[in-house]
Amino acid sequence: MSGSASEAREAILGRIRAVVPAAHPPGARPAYRRSLELDRAGLVALFAERIADYDVTVHPTTTDGLGAVLGEACRAHAVRRLAVPQDLPAGWRPDGVVLVPDDGLSGAELDALDGALTGCALAIADTGTIVLDSGPTQGRRALTLIPDLHLCVVFADTVVGTVPEAFDRISVERPVTFVSGPSATSDIELSRVRGVHGPRRLDVVMVLE
Amino acid sequence: MTTFQQAARSGLRDAQLRRNLDHATRTIRDKRSRAVAELPDWEALRSAAAAAKDEVLGRLDDYLLELEQRVQERGGAVHWARDAAEANRIVADLVLATGADEVVKVKSLTTEEIGLNEALAEHGIAAVETDLAALIIQLGDDTSSHILVPAIHKNRAQIRELFLRTLGVTELSDEPAALTEAARRYLRERFLRARVGVSGANFGVAATGTVCVVESEGNGRMCTTLPETLITVMGIEKVVPTLADLEVFLQLLPRSSTAERMNPYTSLWTGVHEGDGPREFHLVLLDNGRTNVLADEIGRQTLRCIRCSACLNVCPVYARTGGHAYGSVYPGPIGAILTPQLVGIDKAGSLPYASSLCGACADVCPVNIDIPRVLVHLRAHETAQRGPSAERLSMQALARMFASRERFERLQRVARRGRGLPGLSRLPGPLREWGRVRDLPQIPDESFRDWWRRERSR
Repeated sequence: MSGSASEAREAILGRIRAVVPAAHPPGARPAYRRSLELDRAGLVALFAERIADYDVTVHPTTTDGLGAVLGEACRAHAVRRLAVPQDLPAGWRPDGVVLVPDDGLSGAELDALDGALTGCALAIADTGTIVLDSGPTQGRRALTLIPDLHLCVVFADTVVGTVPEAFDRISVERPVTFVSGPSATSDIELSRVRGVHGPRRLDVVMVLE
Repeated sequence: MTTFQQAARSGLRDAQLRRNLDHATRTIRDKRSRAVAELPDWEALRSAAAAAKDEVLGRLDDYLLELEQRVQERGGAVHWARDAAEANRIVADLVLATGADEVVKVKSLTTEEIGLNEALAEHGIAAVETDLAALIIQLGDDTSSHILVPAIHKNRAQIRELFLRTLGVTELSDEPAALTEAARRYLRERFLRARVGVSGANFGVAATGTVCVVESEGNGRMCTTLPETLITVMGIEKVVPTLADLEVFLQLLPRSSTAERMNPYTSLWTGVHEGDGPREFHLVLLDNGRTNVLADEIGRQTLRCIRCSACLNVCPVYARTGGHAYGSVYPGPIGAILTPQLVGIDKAGSLPYASSLCGACADVCPVNIDIPRVLVHLRAHETAQRGPSAERLSMQALARMFASRERFERLQRVARRGRGLPGLSRLPGPLREWGRVRDLPQIPDESFRDWWRRERSR
């Protein structure tokens, strides 16, 4: 740190100490809602309903049916080449689609693909949110950002009720992204347009058992 | 110096602007009420958020040092800037060191506050705004009029005309989807080639060194993920103690701001992440007047603000004047208290009067800032600074009149006799200035008390 840089730091800290001389005792934090009174099926149903509110298509399936449902979703979106994380599980391979593992693809290479397929860390029912924490099956952030379609596999047992429950579980060791629907804007006359810079479509494949 | 009251006149005369604003604020307001009503614990969340912010403001030095240490441990660099010029120089030097002459930017009020784009331009660096509304503002050489939807004063036809002129497209409809698509194509090219990204920060977590950016369009993710170098300019008041505090703010902010249960994208990163995103991360901590705000016991709560803009959408003054009248990047009720404290009451003394003190702003504020109380507090400062005046003496005289029933009734009778006199449609003498921005009530033929006495004596 150069002389003037450390000078700025000391000046700001000194000023703070001068104007707030005594540490204020923290005020009481009231308790707020941490969970929903719903069973697993209730949470999954609420998540599906809430994320659908953001123009997201939800495809329910089972572990055995996963490959087939992913194939259907790809056909529905005319996807031919799909970016996938390098650790894509064997059962997640849709038929009739070229899978392109992300081994450090450039932005332009990702841009040329039709979509990306990943898993997620967990999902929040209350807000219809999927949480990506760069863990297994999720890849790096650019994968779910540049291609025009994001197909996300969500397992029923990863759905939590509330935002606080999600924060109980996530780690920020790796980058974390909360995704609630496809990218959107209302900047022109408050008219909602789906798909600005991120994926224009988000499809969730919900694995129920 | 143009006062708010002078600047407001052009907005007040612009019927189109008032229709746009009325539609926009009404729409967001109604949606917000529904989004907030869904949460049974809204009041508890507000109090928890206010308590978290107050805790930070009570020990801001400790929290900033903790944040600095965590960011450094995770491979990031931390810079401190006392004012706008210092922050701009730091960012310009960092960009110049990379050899880049273009940066992509996430919409950020803080960088707008310090005039970063203009400062970078002086060094030959083009700052490309990537939020759709911010791009519209930048291409049109315009200024923003709303925190959340800065181009709300522009309609689709105006935006189409602007894009035809500036984006190099030849055919374009005025459908919002088509206009958005044109911006998407224009910016995608720039995202993919960008070497430096610049962002603000919604929150910085002291305990972990994590920075949080909340957005809708994906431009924030692009700018914070794709470039090799990321520079984040964060006001020192944006620090929160722990990651768990975000669970409160991420419930309050989207519902208060865009009136959604959750915004499309929230990004959290901690320093530099191997194999994912920028290889260099710089966090610039900015004071620029914030410690002045901190110094004021009553004004301090202003620093709780999370820039949601809910107060704009409920404010009867904002809805009529529009954002430009506030002469600052922070319009509306929050701007009326924040700007004078940041730049000094002597430079923005008219802003605390940009309010009818109706209190709607305080009712919706997700971090419980008592905006009317701070407004009144700042007005007291402003009048004290002006010293004794004829207006104040007249007000004191009026206060004496209003304090006793006999004197008040005598005054009413005098006023009634004065009705209809030419030139008395406005208040006379030293009260003229006070009356200029207020409509005077009609003085009735008979006061209620006179009527009561007459009826009773029958």
